[in-house]
Amino acid sequence: MADWMSQQGTVGEALTRQGISRRSLLKYSSYLATLLALPPTSSQAIAQALAGAKRQSVIWLSFQECTGCIESLTRSFSPSVEEMIFNLISLDYQETLQAAAGEAAERARLEAMEANKGKYVVVVDGSVSTRDGGIYSTAAGKTNLEVLKETAKDALAILSVGTCSSFGGIPRAHPNPTGAEPVSAIITDKPIINVSGCPPMPEVIAGTIAYLVTFGKLPELDHLGRPKPFFGDNIHDRCYRRPFYDQGKFAKSFDDAGAREGWCLYELGCKGPVTYNACATIKWNGNTSFPIQSGHGCLGCSEPNFWDAGSFYKPLPGRMTGAGEAVLGAAAVGAVAGAGSAFIARRRKAAASDPSASPSVPEGADQ
Amino acid sequence: MTLLEFARGPAINAALVIFVFGVIWRLFWLLFLPRAADHSVAKLGAGAAVSSAAGGFVRHMWPPREYAARTRFSLIVGYVLHFGLAIIVFGFAQHILFIRDIFGIGWPGLPTGVITVVSVITLAALIAALVRRMTNPVLKMISTFADYWAWFVVTLPVVTGLMAVSHLLLRYEDMLGVHILSVALMLATFPFSKLMHAFLVFVTRSQTSFFYSRRGSHV
Ligand code: SF4
Repeated sequence: MADWMSQQGTVGEALTRQGISRRSLLKYSSYLATLLALPPTSSQAIAQALAGAKRQSVIWLSFQECTGCIESLTRSFSPSVEEMIFNLISLDYQETLQAAAGEAAERARLEAMEANKGKYVVVVDGSVSTRDGGIYSTAAGKTNLEVLKETAKDALAILSVGTCSSFGGIPRAHPNPTGAEPVSAIITDKPIINVSGCPPMPEVIAGTIAYLVTFGKLPELDHLGRPKPFFGDNIHDRCYRRPFYDQGKFAKSFDDAGAREGWCLYELGCKGPVTYNACATIKWNGNTSFPIQSGHGCLGCSEPNFWDAGSFYKPLPGRMTGAGEAVLGAAAVGAVAGAGSAFIARRRKAAASDPSASPSVPEGADQ
Repeated sequence: MTLLEFARGPAINAALVIFVFGVIWRLFWLLFLPRAADHSVAKLGAGAAVSSAAGGFVRHMWPPREYAARTRFSLIVGYVLHFGLAIIVFGFAQHILFIRDIFGIGWPGLPTGVITVVSVITLAALIAALVRRMTNPVLKMISTFADYWAWFVVTLPVVTGLMAVSHLLLRYEDMLGVHILSVALMLATFPFSKLMHAFLVFVTRSQTSFFYSRRGSHV
């Protein structure tokens, strides 16, 4: 991790040190205003607030994850997003990026916690193993569970980056051998922002952190704790293929004429209608494309349990799992029960019409 | 497990199992019931069993002229809601996918706009049918809980489907879950409710027509 990433001071000072002009800051501020759906006039105020804001101390913890989240951020197409974000924060601990290792790295975390007690933000990527005391994921002899609890204790807020830390993600998928849980299942007394996605969009990670630094408060969150400016709309409502959906024009396979015409991918399993994220608006790789534009349906990766919600290629109205045998069994049992009921009715009828079987009149009944 | 996962998973599968069991149970029961042999001699000119049953079934689809004025309202409402429901169930691409998932067969769907208009008209017909049932003194008197229940379980999926598409009240995924649950409720109670007429109407009307045909009358 470069030195400047973890230096304290204001954002303005960091930008000057990096040789980033005020013009670039203004450009980024107007970009941020657009991302957050704020009026264009607010970009000036954002630039001013940003320049004077203290760089936010950040401790980044990586647990049961694939490093895709940090890769998404650091390899974002637009380097300005990545550079800008590292100017906004003082990254005091990040295992993938920091030079320090072993005890020195651990010391860096504890020192940052002590120096910024109550003021630092904890960014978490990856889910937390909880089974058997969390022994399935450890670093420096400590379980992720211990480190999270210890670090979160004096944190200002927690930013869960990625679907794993937000909702458990793939590690929590059935049969969840490590007892993986999202951060929110373990830490319940701190404000938590979930920036879900597998991986999350770099602009969304950066935009959320920028919002925190600029406004000094949490953005408005949805019912799953995700920032509304980025997760307010579902993919389907912003999808450029939507007119085809409304016309009932669906690609039936990935290479048929409909697919080549750019028709809707709903029948190929697209989960856009039930997935909230900014992919359809901000897009990936510098606004180049997003999965649906590249010809594949949305997997729903920013939603809880997306891995266990049936096949990615099964259309949304289809059942998550079939019940073929149970239905056949029900048909067989129904047939037997029906025939049995009719048989009982036949017996009753026969008994009723057989005089010898009719009940005898009890003695004295006519008196 | 989210509401949508519950609806798309255990709920709809359980409803399908109950539906299949119930329908087959009732049909088998009915088909194997003891029937009294008809010892009467068929009137001259009585049609063959199949043709008289089919002919009567078709004739039953429209009232005789004498009753036209009296039955106009219920006839129109009945046709609108039955055709409307058929178009919604078999014409909406999403529903065709649901059917394809179960039976493995599908066909092209209608545009969403057409389905939305048909759904609104169907809903209006359903409400009109309910209002008539509750205001017509005779109909009101002969109506039981079973009639209102059948109306309820058919109307609920129409309402929740429209609400899901229009993003009303709940988030889309939750309303979709409620919609699928409402369909599950309809399916699970179908065989034990008056909705069973969807199957039995063919049996009862054909049989009545056949009986009358033997007695020399064409109803
Ligand atoms: S491709 Fe997916 S998100 Fe786009 S319109 Fe079709 S179903 Fe909706």
